[in-house]
This record gives sequence, structure tokens and C-alpha cells, in this order.
Amino acid sequence: MLAARNLTRRFGTLLAVDDISFEVEPGTVLGFLGPNGAGKSTTMKMLTGFLSPTSGTAEVFGHDIRRDSVAARRMIGYLPEGAPLYGELTVSQLLQFIADARGFSGAERDRRVADAAARLELGSVMEQTIETLSKGFKRRVGLAQAILHDPPVLILDEPTDGLDPNQKQQVRHLIREMAPDKIIVISTHILEEVDALCSRAMIIASGRLLADDTPAGLLTRSRYHNAVTLHVDDPERAASRLGRLDEAREVEVRNARVTVFPSGRGNLFQAVSRLIEAEGWEVQQLQYEPGRLDEVFRTITREEAA
Amino acid sequence: MNLKNVRTIMRRELVGYFATPVAYVFIVIFLVMSSAFTFYLGGFYEREIADLEPFFRFHPWLYLFLVPAVGMRLWAEERKYGTVELLLTLPLTIGEAVVGKFIAAWLFVGLALALTFPIWITVNVLGNPDNGVIVAAYVGSWLMAGGMLAISAALSAVTRNQVVAFILSVVVCFGFLLSGLPMVLDLFRAWMPQVLLDGVANLSFLVHFNSISRGVIDLRDLVYFALVIGFWLLANRIVLELKKAD
Repeated sequence: MLAARNLTRRFGTLLAVDDISFEVEPGTVLGFLGPNGAGKSTTMKMLTGFLSPTSGTAEVFGHDIRRDSVAARRMIGYLPEGAPLYGELTVSQLLQFIADARGFSGAERDRRVADAAARLELGSVMEQTIETLSKGFKRRVGLAQAILHDPPVLILDEPTDGLDPNQKQQVRHLIREMAPDKIIVISTHILEEVDALCSRAMIIASGRLLADDTPAGLLTRSRYHNAVTLHVDDPERAASRLGRLDEAREVEVRNARVTVFPSGRGNLFQAVSRLIEAEGWEVQQLQYEPGRLDEVFRTITREEAA
Repeated sequence: MNLKNVRTIMRRELVGYFATPVAYVFIVIFLVMSSAFTFYLGGFYEREIADLEPFFRFHPWLYLFLVPAVGMRLWAEERKYGTVELLLTLPLTIGEAVVGKFIAAWLFVGLALALTFPIWITVNVLGNPDNGVIVAAYVGSWLMAGGMLAISAALSAVTRNQVVAFILSVVVCFGFLLSGLPMVLDLFRAWMPQVLLDGVANLSFLVHFNSISRGVIDLRDLVYFALVIGFWLLANRIVLELKKAD
């Protein structure tokens, strides 16, 4: 189990992380969401023992990150922000160094290096100097060094940043593959990633933990949760008819699109479908809205700023 | 302190040195400069004495600029590129990282020093030098390089800018070199009691290096260099602890 207990960090007068507490069990992919400078990376730096908290602490399977730091760090694989690596080394030299530092030797060391390289498909660049690699490859080398010792806890700061869509998919696949028996914490500002990857999401802004929920749970906070959007020829007329439905609370017209918000009585989608059929409208598009994460994100983080 | 971890760090550093031109440039410059000083400024031939005094006499001044050049990158570069975060989240202590990096750099300077062996052969061909004195002088020279390197390593942790680290290191090393010379001692002589004055004079690299290079490896000189290195490595550890995440 990974636990943060009242983690707080000040830089001078700036309160970067303000009293954050949570517990994560294996099998969870936890996503840190938040604007830039919200305290996501600072929190991760404290969880990995790099940065000492001003107050509070973190615990990794019973090892306190302040008092029992080396033991705690043994259980963590970490991809720091921007995937910093020793540019003058080759990929193979770097992974061997990490394997040495993780306490592997001989055949076991070679096996670990080969395994991590294979999982991130680094075979073709093993003897290349890291500084000559593309951004995507560097990120993958960073991930390879993090998973090399098969740690029970993975802390990945923006693991897909700078990757092209195919590489993003590949990294997400890797994370999903490792998810069942590990604790994985990722930070991201890509909202779709939370939906695609995380079983739990935390919204952090101005150093404070503002929401801690499943992605589905966060969606229910959206104004658009269970709303219906349709694209019709005469949106104004359609809007006035839709507004009279018992199931509708409110109707909004934007760019020839009509969005109907649920009142909570009955099934709005079915009611709208029936009305379309009865009125014989030409509908180009009809869409059920599960909720919009970007809107939830904006609402929560803006409330904080206000 | 886990020696296996120290060795891992040390090995990575040494691989890094030779992966870039830095190592080769340093070694070539060191060899060229030390020869030039010996033959032109030192008057190696003109003296017609079979010893390496004109060779070792200039080492402190050569080190004054070359050792901070090796030391400046030790931590400043790690901090600039963020690799310090990778390094210090591995399961090893800051102390192990500090010592591992220092030893790698010290061995590297030692290698450059060892590559001056042709001059030792030369002097043996030309005459019959006291090889015991020469061995002692080599040891003293390497210890002095270690002292300056420990200073440079600690100051390299102060900043992420290598130029700043270099300049700070040169200034502090200069102070440690000169503290035995009248130029510095005269500043203190007027008001400082003799005991303290001796203390200042004893901080000098030159005093201890000269004493060893006369051929007498005195325990006090060894203890002096061990203390200087130990003190600055400790300072390095503390500075790094405070500044690593800035």
C-alpha cells in the first residue's frame, strides 16, 4: 500500500503542496490531474523520497519514506518529469547502471536489462547514445529504467508526454498490462488519458487535493452528465419543443446544436428519441453525453482559483 | 556506506568520462601543460640536476585551473539536466553517491598524473635520481589534487551553473594554496596570535605538498589531506541535501 499522510511542502513563502493525504491499494492506476504548477510533480518527488516534505510523510508498504528511505525507494520505480537521463551513455550502459544500482548482478542483471528493453521495444537503439535519440525513445528509455526491477509501485510523471499517438497507445497498453498487481501513479494533463487508463483520479490545484473519485464518478459531476445533444435543421423550434418535455430541465442552443439537460425525472434519451420520431425531424446527429471531463476539470480548478 | 553502491556510481561516472571528449581533452592538456612548465619555466635541462623538482613545482598551479574543470560538472550538471532526481531516487544514500563520484574523478585525475610517467623514465635515463622522493612527490601531488577536487565537488553542488562552480572552486582552491605564503600570512600577522597564525599556515596545500615532495611522507601531512577531503565531502553531502531539488 502507498499512503500519503498530510504531505506538505513549502518553497519559501509558496505553499506548493498543502496537506495532501490518500491511500492507494495494489491494482489501482491513480491519475493526478491538475493545471501546470498545481503540485503534481512536487507530490511525486515527495512520494519517491527525492524531496523532503516540510511536514507529513509517505509510506510505501510500511516503509516510511523519511525514516526508512532506501527500503521504500527499493519498492518504487520512478519516471521523473521530463525523463532525465545521462545523455552521454548508451541505452545499454544506462540500463546496466540502473540494474547494478538496483542490486542485480550476473545473468540476472542481463536478463532484467533485456526484459525491460524488450517491453519498451528498445532493441534497435541499445548501442546508441541517449542524447542522439528522439524524444519518444528517450521517454521509453525512462520508462524502461523505471520498470526494470519490476517494482510493486510505479510513479510516472507524465509518461506519455512528447509521444506520438501510436507510442502513447503503446505506453498505455504497457501500463494497463502491469496494472492488476501494482500501484501505478501517473500525472497527466491529458484528460482522455484519465478516462482510458485510470481507475481513480485526483484533481490537484494550488497544492490542494480537490477531488478524489473514479473517472466515472467525476463525470457525474459534469453539467452534461446524461444530457442529450442533437443536430437538427431548425434548432430554435426543436429547442422550444424539447423544453416542454417533463424529462428536460433546460435546453441550450449552440452552433445549430441543441443540448437538453436532464431534470432527473424519467429517461431523457428515450423521451427525446420518441419526440424526434413523433415530430418527424431530420436529425443529422444524436448523442448521449456521459459527462465532460474537461468541464468538470475547469469547474473544480476554477472554483479553487476564484 | 555500502561499497557496492559506491562502486556502481563510480563505474557509471568513469564510463561517462570516456564517452565524451572531456576526458581526452583534459588528459592531453594536462600532459602538454605539465611538460611545458617543466621544460620552459622549470629549466629541467639547464639545472643539470637529476630530479623532478621542476616538474612537481608547477603542479599546484596547474591543478588550480584543471581540477576545478573536472569538479565543476560533478553536481552542477546533474542538477541542470535533472538526472540528480534519477540518481537520488535509486536505493542508495546521498553519501554513497557523493563518495562514488568523488572517487571516480580522483581516479581520473590520478590516471592523467600516471600518464606523465615518460618524464620519470627520462630523468632516470639522464641521471640517477632519488626515486623514493619521486614516488613521494607523486603521492603528494595526487593527494593535493584530491583536496582540490573535494572542494570543487562541494562547490559544484551549490549551483546548477558550471561556470559559477568553476570560478568559486578556483577562488577557494587559491585560498587554500596560498594560505601558507607571506602574502596571505602578512594580512593576519599584525593582529593574530602565533598559534592561530600557524593554524592558517597549516591549512595550506603548498606547505603540505612541499613537505611530502621533499621525500618524507609524514603522517601529519596524510592526516591533513584526509581531513580536507573528508571535510569537503561532508560539506558536499550537506549542500546537496539542501539544494538538490531547487
